[in-house]
Amino acid sequence: MKTPVYLDYQATTPVDPAVLEAMLPYFREKFGNAASRNHSYGWVAEKAVEIAREQVAAVVGANAKEIVFTSGATESDNIALKGAVEMYTSRGDHIVTVQTEHKAVLDTCKYLERSGRAQVTYLAPRKDGLVDLDALREAITDKTVLVAIMAANNEIGVIQPLAEIGALCREKGVLFFTDAAQAYGKIPLDVEAMNIDIMAISAHKIYGPKGVGALYVRRRRPRVRLAPLIHGGGHERGMRSGTLPVPLIVGLGKAAELCAAELEREAARETALRDKLWAGLQKELDYLHLNGHPTQRLPGNLNVSFEFVEGEGLMMAMKELAVSSGSACTSASLEPSYVLKALGVGDDLAHTSIRYGIGRYTTEEEIDFAIAKTVEAVQKLREMSPLYEMAKEGIDLNSIEWTVH
Amino acid sequence: MAYSDKVEDHFHNPRNVGSLDKNSPDVGTGIVGAPECGDVMRLQLRVRDGVIEEAKFKTFGCGSAIASSSLATEWVKGRTVEEALEIKNTQIVEELSLPPVKIHCSVLAEDAIKAAIKDYQRKQKAAAPQEQTAS
Repeated sequence: MKTPVYLDYQATTPVDPAVLEAMLPYFREKFGNAASRNHSYGWVAEKAVEIAREQVAAVVGANAKEIVFTSGATESDNIALKGAVEMYTSRGDHIVTVQTEHKAVLDTCKYLERSGRAQVTYLAPRKDGLVDLDALREAITDKTVLVAIMAANNEIGVIQPLAEIGALCREKGVLFFTDAAQAYGKIPLDVEAMNIDIMAISAHKIYGPKGVGALYVRRRRPRVRLAPLIHGGGHERGMRSGTLPVPLIVGLGKAAELCAAELEREAARETALRDKLWAGLQKELDYLHLNGHPTQRLPGNLNVSFEFVEGEGLMMAMKELAVSSGSACTSASLEPSYVLKALGVGDDLAHTSIRYGIGRYTTEEEIDFAIAKTVEAVQKLREMSPLYEMAKEGIDLNSIEWTVH
Repeated sequence: MAYSDKVEDHFHNPRNVGSLDKNSPDVGTGIVGAPECGDVMRLQLRVRDGVIEEAKFKTFGCGSAIASSSLATEWVKGRTVEEALEIKNTQIVEELSLPPVKIHCSVLAEDAIKAAIKDYQRKQKAAAPQEQTAS
């Protein structure tokens, strides 16, 4: 077993060897520009891109013509939001989103607000991280252009009720955009059944290369049009100009195909490992809090608050595990996770949270190791924690006047 | 973010972790920070004849916060109360090579020393007119 054990699959994933293998010829012998129409170098590249387009589309029941390649999910989010707002000014200028969205969505919304181009409603999620459908229904107005709600959350793994949201958007006649960076290839998604109009996809979350992603843009019922951010040669139906990075696109296509082929089996395997991890921690430790819905979450995600132990300190005490924390003590702001905050988790507990991300190469042995290391580290740090001592003595920590600094 | 060797050393081998009897008249207890800020330090000192002969800490916080409090217990031991009050957070920053985002950990450690001494002095003042009373 190699240490540190990688348990941060929601941050990124290694490229699958079969993906790398598929990409390699397109760096050297098949290096052509997919837009070159006059010789075989171009045709070979174009053919590879079209196969990848099919592969990416097939995972979510889309048509290949509805896939636009981008540099990644962040760019896809930007095109979806800015592009829709610009294209549909005649319909209105209102966006509905959720406070737990990825920063690529939230910051883009903030930008659109600041520049006076859109009004944005940021819905508070329920305590379990799910969107309140009644609140969503109420938030949609006759000025609403688009609803932006992610498929699965990157921190807490919570999967939103996409089919219900899609049906509501269709009923109200507004576009439904979902950032599926974490969900694509991990859980079943169907753009028809779920009435998804626009979807952001990332390659590096599904064992593909970094620097490439895609945007699904519905072509029929309704035909969605998005104004481009990048102007140029009119590639990708004019929505995203720029020479296509053929090796990366081939990698994304292969990665998508591999995920789809193993989706159910892999989801069941990761769920079993995740449940084993959670059960193992609970068996040895008290004062644990699961963040996010217990079952309506990504197979490979576990987000736990270890009360009385600060997250960054905990990560330092279990260096053999590569995990991440909502503590954000390393960030300049010193603000804990905004996602946990939106769920109503107090700052005190947000500082104690750890995200475990399980993926394709995680083994049972690694999970056993993670349980043992975490238990050891938490016990050690709790022995050093004045808060744990107070709690054990029965002192109510909320009754103390802390010197907030 | 990489930690300095000294932070690593204090974090993995913390000095003087533990508790002293907070009700004892010769023990001063300082608790600073807040759980919602991600760090709470409790520093306790036992003073005899004006000299700090024992120091214990417990800290909820990141590696730098734990290292800063561990270092603080080492530095105050053997010093007089007056000398301990002269310890500055900048000295802790220097000793542990703390990066700018971790300076507040050193500030907290300095505050903890001052708070513990203040608690000790308050107890001494309260005890002075009456001789020793049972705690």
